[in-house]
Amino acid sequence: MALLDIEDLRVTFTTGDGEVNAVNGVSFSVEEGETLAIVGESGSGKSQTAFAAMGLLARNGRATGQIRYDGRNLLELKQKELNRVRSEEIGMIFQDPMTSLNPYMRISEQMAEVLTLHKGMTKRDAIAEATKMLDAVKIPDAKNRITMFPHEFSGGMRQRIMIAMALLCQPRLLIADEPTTALDVTVQAQIMELMAEIRQEFGTAIILITHDLGIVADTCERTLVMYGGQIMETGPTDTLFERPTHPYTLGLLRAVPRIDRDDETLSTIAGEPPDMSRLPKGCPFTPRCAWAHGPCPTVRPELLPAEGYPMLRRACHAPVEEVK
Amino acid sequence: MLNYVLRRVAVAIPTILLLVVISFVLMYAAPGGPFNSERPLPAQVMANIEARYGLDQPYWKQMANYVWNVVVHFDFGPSFQYRDRTVNDVIAQGFPVTLTYGFWSFIVALVVGVALGVAAAIRHNSWLDYLAVGISIGAQVLPNFVMAPILVLVFTLWLGWLPGGGWQGGQIEYIILPVIALSTSYMASIARITRSSMLEVLNAGFIRTARAKGLPTRRIIWKHAMKPTMLPVLSYLGPAFVGMITGSVIIDVFFSTGGIGQFFVNSAFNRDYSVIMGITILVGVLTVTFNLVVDLLYAWIDPKIRY
Amino acid sequence: MSLNPDPDTADRLLAAQAAAEVKGRSLWKDARQRFMRNRAAVAGLVALVLICIFAFFGGFLAQYEPDYVDFSLIGSNATQGVPSFETGHYFGTDSSGRDLYARTVQGTRISLLVGIVGAGVAVIVGTLYGAIAGYQGGRTDGAMMRTVDILMSVPYMFVLILMLVIFGRSILMLFIGIGLISWLDMSRIARGQTLTIKGKEFVEAAHATGVRPMTIILRHIVPNLLGLVIVYATLLVPQMIITESFISFLGLGIQEPNTSLGALISNGASNMQYGVIWQLAFPLFFFVITLFAFFFVGDGLRDALDPKDR
Repeated sequence: MALLDIEDLRVTFTTGDGEVNAVNGVSFSVEEGETLAIVGESGSGKSQTAFAAMGLLARNGRATGQIRYDGRNLLELKQKELNRVRSEEIGMIFQDPMTSLNPYMRISEQMAEVLTLHKGMTKRDAIAEATKMLDAVKIPDAKNRITMFPHEFSGGMRQRIMIAMALLCQPRLLIADEPTTALDVTVQAQIMELMAEIRQEFGTAIILITHDLGIVADTCERTLVMYGGQIMETGPTDTLFERPTHPYTLGLLRAVPRIDRDDETLSTIAGEPPDMSRLPKGCPFTPRCAWAHGPCPTVRPELLPAEGYPMLRRACHAPVEEVK
Repeated sequence: MLNYVLRRVAVAIPTILLLVVISFVLMYAAPGGPFNSERPLPAQVMANIEARYGLDQPYWKQMANYVWNVVVHFDFGPSFQYRDRTVNDVIAQGFPVTLTYGFWSFIVALVVGVALGVAAAIRHNSWLDYLAVGISIGAQVLPNFVMAPILVLVFTLWLGWLPGGGWQGGQIEYIILPVIALSTSYMASIARITRSSMLEVLNAGFIRTARAKGLPTRRIIWKHAMKPTMLPVLSYLGPAFVGMITGSVIIDVFFSTGGIGQFFVNSAFNRDYSVIMGITILVGVLTVTFNLVVDLLYAWIDPKIRY
Repeated sequence: MSLNPDPDTADRLLAAQAAAEVKGRSLWKDARQRFMRNRAAVAGLVALVLICIFAFFGGFLAQYEPDYVDFSLIGSNATQGVPSFETGHYFGTDSSGRDLYARTVQGTRISLLVGIVGAGVAVIVGTLYGAIAGYQGGRTDGAMMRTVDILMSVPYMFVLILMLVIFGRSILMLFIGIGLISWLDMSRIARGQTLTIKGKEFVEAAHATGVRPMTIILRHIVPNLLGLVIVYATLLVPQMIITESFISFLGLGIQEPNTSLGALISNGASNMQYGVIWQLAFPLFFFVITLFAFFFVGDGLRDALDPKDR
């Protein structure tokens, strides 16, 4: 049985302008110790999928379907039970380390409360344990710096602290929502390296949500491409990147600047991300797709195994079989 | 931290001195002395009186004497109106009264205001929220001099539940109406500020982190959201304090509670300069001190303010 | 590999910029539309117009002069001075037997005038002070704003009353006193806004071509503060009315035979135990409605002109 098994997840927000469907029937699973990347443009529903799993949707949001963790549907848990899953089973880190730590509390307090609450530790033990974890994420001089406030750390250091905090209870799954977007390029690499080490050391499964394909190629075994709140394509990262056949995946890859190949010109995907309150009946990518034809605007493609590509599943009426 | 405290105190002291000097200069700019009246006094009598109050001395010396006495001896000199009393006597009589209902008004405004604001924010868009918003909009147009007559009309004249004035050594039934009249509009403002501040804080990234950490809602509100929520409220407490101490004049006059406000207004009608100045300076010192305490609290809550 | 920017970012920025430019030209029209959509604000505006008509033309309907004393009514107000159309005392009479309708018209007019003039003085002084401090910057700014800090911690109502006692109680003194103590907030707001405007190209261009600082402040900075000033002035008027009423309630403000809403409320409050509740009710009604109207209009203007929304 998979560690996390999401089935037909839908997330709807009630706004002043009507219903917004952020996630429309998404199904996938994550195995123990596996690294899965979810990629897509902003507004593709990738973050909301993760928020739904953690019960972190905004007040006006509603999730339906199933999110089974270890056999239990997280969407049906009582607040108290959900709080036990958070941190103890699933840890989460966020995009902006500048705002995701409480600026008014010392790091020691913010970390220790996780352990005193979930593990029943005394405050002193909790701080000792938290210091160890800060050492593990390579915060220099953790012993002394743990009593500092967040604003006394750099962005990269803060993200390390966030990671340490999420790992305190040794969760089996770590969800990282755009963990490097707000950081400098060199710091990005260090954080990704750290995440890889963590996976080795603790055997934690990781869901990496990002729009940065460069990161994905190096770290994740499996990739899931989302667009318009739906899964476009999913499969082993290598296969997906080497021989992209879904027009959207292809577009994403072409938009990545690369220095190892000079025969390609950098291109953007024409058009704008879809209006989530008025999605087309068929494939949401149709208006921007160069290959769109017959059934695309009216029939929603199903996520089916792609012939000739092992482990690859894709939702497309018009796959790009012959690239270049 | 000590350095920061000292720096704040260093700003506070000139403020108070400035207030003392301004009051004194204003008083001397007044056309005619305090003992000029329609019926001129004999020259000898006038000279005697002026000597008694030190009015025959040069201008600068009077000021220096006054400042010296106020700052060093906390002595505001004799009253120009009541020949047998000093300003200190007047303050000693009125200030405890003002302090009593002022203290309770402040507590009520703060506690009820914050509680209402927090409850409204947590139950955003519920009936409680609408009630809080309604109260804070309505109370904008109900300053203390409007609240006081309405309260007396309802609770004294119509219902006959509470006395409409007097003090009686501060018995509880004499305190209730003054406290409500004085605190309502500030309570409403504090509720409004708390509500919008809390709503903003609850949307912050670190609250989402706290939820992802599996903390119970109660702990998130009190441990994580409360401090930043209180920062704008704290900034408002300074002006609220000034407003309340000013409003106490209305309370004293309308409810005949016998606080310093009543003496202040009487002195204003009688041109009893020394009492007016004494009370103005006292109120100024209280305000400056209060603002100092608020600043220090602010620095204590917000670690980003470096001392 | 580096960060992958949203492919459409540049396009969308351009589009947004173009939209902003179009919007920039019709800013005031835009604001008016937004204001008109705000029901509370429009209701407030209508109420405000009605109150002004009442205050400035209501006197024509009065059957009595505001200072005409009907001696036959003194002492029997509760029975004879009841509001009635037959006697011509629409709002009844006050404790001296004067027509309360005429008095309320007069009081509303004076309260409005004090509020508007007081707010006007405060806004002009505050805007100039703040703009100069913000534009000059450096040590001048530091000293000017420190002064504001110090003045802000002075309990101004006591100083104002002290001034009224010393210089005599007159409407002029009240105007000056109230106006002079209320510009502090405005100066802070104006300074903050000036700091942002200061960095804009047109100010730098003016500076580079040698325009004198005072001219830059008056020609380029102050006009750009206009929206903010209008909003703040509208919200300041009710504050001024409250301040004036406060002082008049104590009997230290507007003097007989003139009157203001605060003085009328004070009279009504001191007589309410004699069964002449209308003496409190009518002035109170106009006081509350006037304040509500200004607050709603002010809030509506703020929402319509708020730079954050643009």
